[in-house]
Amino acid sequence: MDNSYLIKTENLSKVYPMGRSQIRALNQVSLSFRRGEFAGLVGPSGSGKTTLLNIIGSLDVPSQGSAQVMGLKVEELSHRQAAALRNKHIGFIFQTFNLLPVYTAFENVEFPLLLLRMPSAERKKAVRDALEWVGLSDRAKSRPAQLSGGESQRVAIARAIVKRPAILLADEPTANLDAENSHHILRTMEQLNRELGTTFLFATHDEKVIGYLRRKIVLVDGKVAADDVLSPLQPDGGRS
Amino acid sequence: MILLRLAVKNLLGAGIRSWLNAFVISLALVASIWNQSLLLGTDEQTSRASVEAEYGSGQYWQESYDPLDPLSLDSAHAVLPEPLERMAGQGRAAPILVTQATIYPRGRMRSVLIKGIDPAQKVLSIPSSVLDQESEEIPALIGSRMAKAAGLREGDTVTVRWREAGGAFNALEARIVRVMRTTIQTIDVNQLWIPLDKLQKMTRLEGQASLVVLGRDVLWAGFQKGWSFKDLAFLLKDIRQLIQTKSVGRLIMFGILMLLGMLAVFDTQVLSIFRRRKEMGTLMALGFTRGQVIRLFTLEGALHGVLAVVVGAIYGIPLMIYFYRHGYVLPSSTEGFGFSIGEKIFPVLSIGLVLSVTLLVLAVTTVVSFLPTRRIAKLKPTDALRGRLS
Repeated sequence: MDNSYLIKTENLSKVYPMGRSQIRALNQVSLSFRRGEFAGLVGPSGSGKTTLLNIIGSLDVPSQGSAQVMGLKVEELSHRQAAALRNKHIGFIFQTFNLLPVYTAFENVEFPLLLLRMPSAERKKAVRDALEWVGLSDRAKSRPAQLSGGESQRVAIARAIVKRPAILLADEPTANLDAENSHHILRTMEQLNRELGTTFLFATHDEKVIGYLRRKIVLVDGKVAADDVLSPLQPDGGRS
Repeated sequence: MILLRLAVKNLLGAGIRSWLNAFVISLALVASIWNQSLLLGTDEQTSRASVEAEYGSGQYWQESYDPLDPLSLDSAHAVLPEPLERMAGQGRAAPILVTQATIYPRGRMRSVLIKGIDPAQKVLSIPSSVLDQESEEIPALIGSRMAKAAGLREGDTVTVRWREAGGAFNALEARIVRVMRTTIQTIDVNQLWIPLDKLQKMTRLEGQASLVVLGRDVLWAGFQKGWSFKDLAFLLKDIRQLIQTKSVGRLIMFGILMLLGMLAVFDTQVLSIFRRRKEMGTLMALGFTRGQVIRLFTLEGALHGVLAVVVGAIYGIPLMIYFYRHGYVLPSSTEGFGFSIGEKIFPVLSIGLVLSVTLLVLAVTTVVSFLPTRRIAKLKPTDALRGRLS
């Protein structure tokens, strides 16, 4: 397998048992992503976007084929190794934010760094920087219940990027946000992608998100129906 | 450390539910320590009072003497062996002669034990010195229970009828010179204490005794032919068995309280695991292993026990200090307990007792917290993120 790719899947299939029958969520998917890509898996519900994202995020394993992430084969990882891969190299952003309810925004962002056992002073600086990136320095002491949807998602982004992961997986990150917040979030992510070189991979069917993508992979019934490199977004919002 | 930090946050974040669980567990904890300390206090007080007023540091029994068999008393007496006689002369032992008699207070007949004791003795805390008086009547000392039951008061006279060594019956008047208050029923109920020399003369058993109580500085006076030595372990055995019997009921109460506390913790854990699946999925996405999630939830449940110790300490320590200083006033029903207790029990606390009960509560809470978390071992991160249990 070619190690120059950050993510590479080969003939990846995922089958879920459903009573006596089976559901094929992914069917022979072969894709690869290099460092710094800003790509999206696009398709209707049930097309396999989240399943692929989960396998790349080492939260799930393929039924057939192979998924290689950071040079590691996901299907061969133990639970502990998969957890370590997620902890060190992968950030997640979820549709429902998934912030830890008893922690403040600062503590939520700090959490992945605690798992990495980063020294206190370095850790606190990284958290402050991350909150500043997403424009939430003034809400550091707020708990998730005190934050709006847009603010919660920005905290989730800060939490995902604070450890400077190589890969950031975002599953429908704007689904629960209004248009203004969605654009704010997407601009933040695009900026992070440019400044930090983080590879962003979205699962979405939101046109607003698609508008920001530089690569669009269309999934239909678990198969790759199209894989297009998009031209850069122009200041007027259109493509060249 | 991160697990502990998160567990503490989650526990305190759960608000009133955590505090209620902790309070219920703390009740079991404090009640158990309280019960055990009362039992220890009862044991210590009863044993001390019995030693001071009845057992000394041990007793020599004439070989036929059996306090539970009144029929044996006629033959349960003998001349004191020389070492015991010498110790009695030195005030290091107190011979007691026991015989059966009948008294007739207020025209009623009542069987009693007459116990002869040297008025000068200092071995037992019985106020025997009041018997040191010359009068035509026999000076007699009785306990308050006996006085109440027989309707006798200080200064009253009562006819005493007894059988001499030869078998002939004789009778005399006895004057109650003192009604003593004692917690020891076995030196009080149906007993009449009179001077030893008087009883020896009355029964024509000069120089004889049924038992000899040893003073505190004497542990054993050697083997004496015709006499058997009874140490404190033997003499206090019945009391301790009775206390043990009482402790069983208290253990059951402790068990019920613990069960309630543990049910609350178990219920909270089960509820947590169902309600917080998404949180588990998030933790796994952030890099937690399933083992770490299990440890987190177990720790969180177990911390209920720690919180219970804190809550219990808040109200338990002042409570224990109060009763340690002022004693616990026993209800009148404890007269029927079968062993002597004072009007107040002073609880006896030890670090060992507090630590052992606390550790027991913590251990049980941890086990109960762990049991529901085993489901997490089968949890798939993707299912958890969707809010499903695998």
